Amino acid sequence: MSRPRSTGLPRWVYVPAGLGAAFVLLPLVAIVLKVDWANFGSLITSESSRDALSLSLRTSTASTVLCVLIGVPMATVLARTTFPGQAVARSLVLLPLVLPPVVGGLALLYTFGRRGLLGHTLEVLDLQIAFSTIAVVLAQTFVALPFLVVSLEGSLRTAGDQYERVAATLGAGPTTVFRRVTLPLVLPGLLAGAVLSFARAMGEFGATITFAGSLQGVTRTLPLEIYLQRESDPDAAVALALVLVVFAVVVITIARPDRTTR
Amino acid sequence: MSFTFSAEVADRDVVAAFEIAPGETVALLGPNGAGKSTVLAVAAGLLAPETGRVVLDGRDLLDTARGIDVRPHRREVALLAQDPLLFPHLSVRENVAFGPRSRGQGRRPARARATDWLEQVGLADLGERSPAQLSGGQAQRAAVARALAAEPRLLLLDEPMAALDVAVAPALRQTLRRVLAERTTLLVTHDVLDALLLADRVIVMEGGRIVEDGPTRDVLARPRSSFAAQLAGLNLAAGTWTGTHVQLADGTALHGIVAGPQPAAGEQVVASFRPRSVAVHLDDAAGSPRNSFPVVVTDLEPLGDLIRVRSEHLSADITAPAVADLDLVPGTPAHFVVKATEIAVYRLT
Repeated sequence: MSRPRSTGLPRWVYVPAGLGAAFVLLPLVAIVLKVDWANFGSLITSESSRDALSLSLRTSTASTVLCVLIGVPMATVLARTTFPGQAVARSLVLLPLVLPPVVGGLALLYTFGRRGLLGHTLEVLDLQIAFSTIAVVLAQTFVALPFLVVSLEGSLRTAGDQYERVAATLGAGPTTVFRRVTLPLVLPGLLAGAVLSFARAMGEFGATITFAGSLQGVTRTLPLEIYLQRESDPDAAVALALVLVVFAVVVITIARPDRTTR
Repeated sequence: MSFTFSAEVADRDVVAAFEIAPGETVALLGPNGAGKSTVLAVAAGLLAPETGRVVLDGRDLLDTARGIDVRPHRREVALLAQDPLLFPHLSVRENVAFGPRSRGQGRRPARARATDWLEQVGLADLGERSPAQLSGGQAQRAAVARALAAEPRLLLLDEPMAALDVAVAPALRQTLRRVLAERTTLLVTHDVLDALLLADRVIVMEGGRIVEDGPTRDVLARPRSSFAAQLAGLNLAAGTWTGTHVQLADGTALHGIVAGPQPAAGEQVVASFRPRSVAVHLDDAAGSPRNSFPVVVTDLEPLGDLIRVRSEHLSADITAPAVADLDLVPGTPAHFVVKATEIAVYRLT
């Protein structure tokens, strides 16, 4: 069978490339080797494990929904309008991506905490957010939002607005155009962004422990549980870690970049 | 007047004003960059001019003096571009039903309308297909159906045939001819045949200004702008189809190839051929596949590498040595000879 030949890479490139691949894959192999397969089932179904797993799934789902609800309008405004300071706004949206999560957690605490910026307002409304499950959802949404906005804004720009213009001349108002043309056209990008956000929310640790604490069944998500078990019950920590690894592999398979950029 | 347009778009240096009567089809001709698409964009509400006024059926769509600028979706002006732009996530029928649905019609009546329109453009069987499964010509027909199903008061067509194969353009032109009758339409084109077959009137734009405006035949017969003159360079001859050839008014028989739908005997047709396809002879040397017209040379005009030899109605582009060999001067009697395969015959009715 014939195949196109590239002009050739320098041979030495394969050495660091191979080392890099090993660097990524070896730790995963190490974890798999460490798993206590005999007790795997009971380790991941202990009460604290089940609590953590269920809390993680519930909060990550909630924060993904929240990301979609506020991220879709954000991406649309960024992609389809021009306003002064837009470049700055776009950079700021990306901030949680580069900010250390523990800093994000502190920032959230000083916003929604009892003595925070909105603390007084929330107290009047009788809302206690910090160190609650809601805080977990907020922390996860904070760090996961950029994934959705960036992915969707790219899709919106690639799709262009020509279909929306045609739809308008056919008599469709802005809401109809958004619902029947814009969203369906970028659905693959939206799904990929939502899956990435969900994965980021599942893995969230720093902002959660800072802003929400670690209370079993209330704020102790899977990554927190793994961190705590690491000393008291390393076998349980490894088993739960494997669950997250498998989950991450599944997510990468679903939201592969080459499948989402059409 | 059904449609009144005047606008000034300073950054594109376009200043234009014209009117369209109810049911009239106006062809907007002009070279690239003449401002044709700018006019369409202003009419559709996709571009806001510095100053301007657009009135459709007595309703102000735009009046910069009074701060009126109706949003595109409330204008009842549909735009059909070169690219059909069918929504890829909807079936062909759902595409056509999009306009009626957007105007609040229920799913069922909208689908019925769509089915109707698909039938009218000859796509009755393809409603359930996805746009990706249509050929270029079919997709453009579906786009025509979609635009008309929205029941626009004004239809804007932006070179609807430009992206199509020469083989399928005539069929779409025929469809347009049928559906545009009695419909207020502004058609941007650079094809003289579109103007001749579809339009009642022609407006010619050059450099952002309207340079000619008149009945199609007048503009093409006595072009005053250089663009219209170039267009009019195409040889056109109207006559009657006999079943095998075209009978011109003076009785000359003209043999050509029918482009598009077959005309019936006795129908009005127009034959068109390029000046480059015309050979010039001094004697009548016509063989059987050739058409020969006795003419008197009226004019010789250099045209790039070639010389355009004009007679009263027809012109031929031949090389300078050929002109010298034949010793052509105004007043020389000659024969214009064209192969039948070079002549395209179009049904007019």
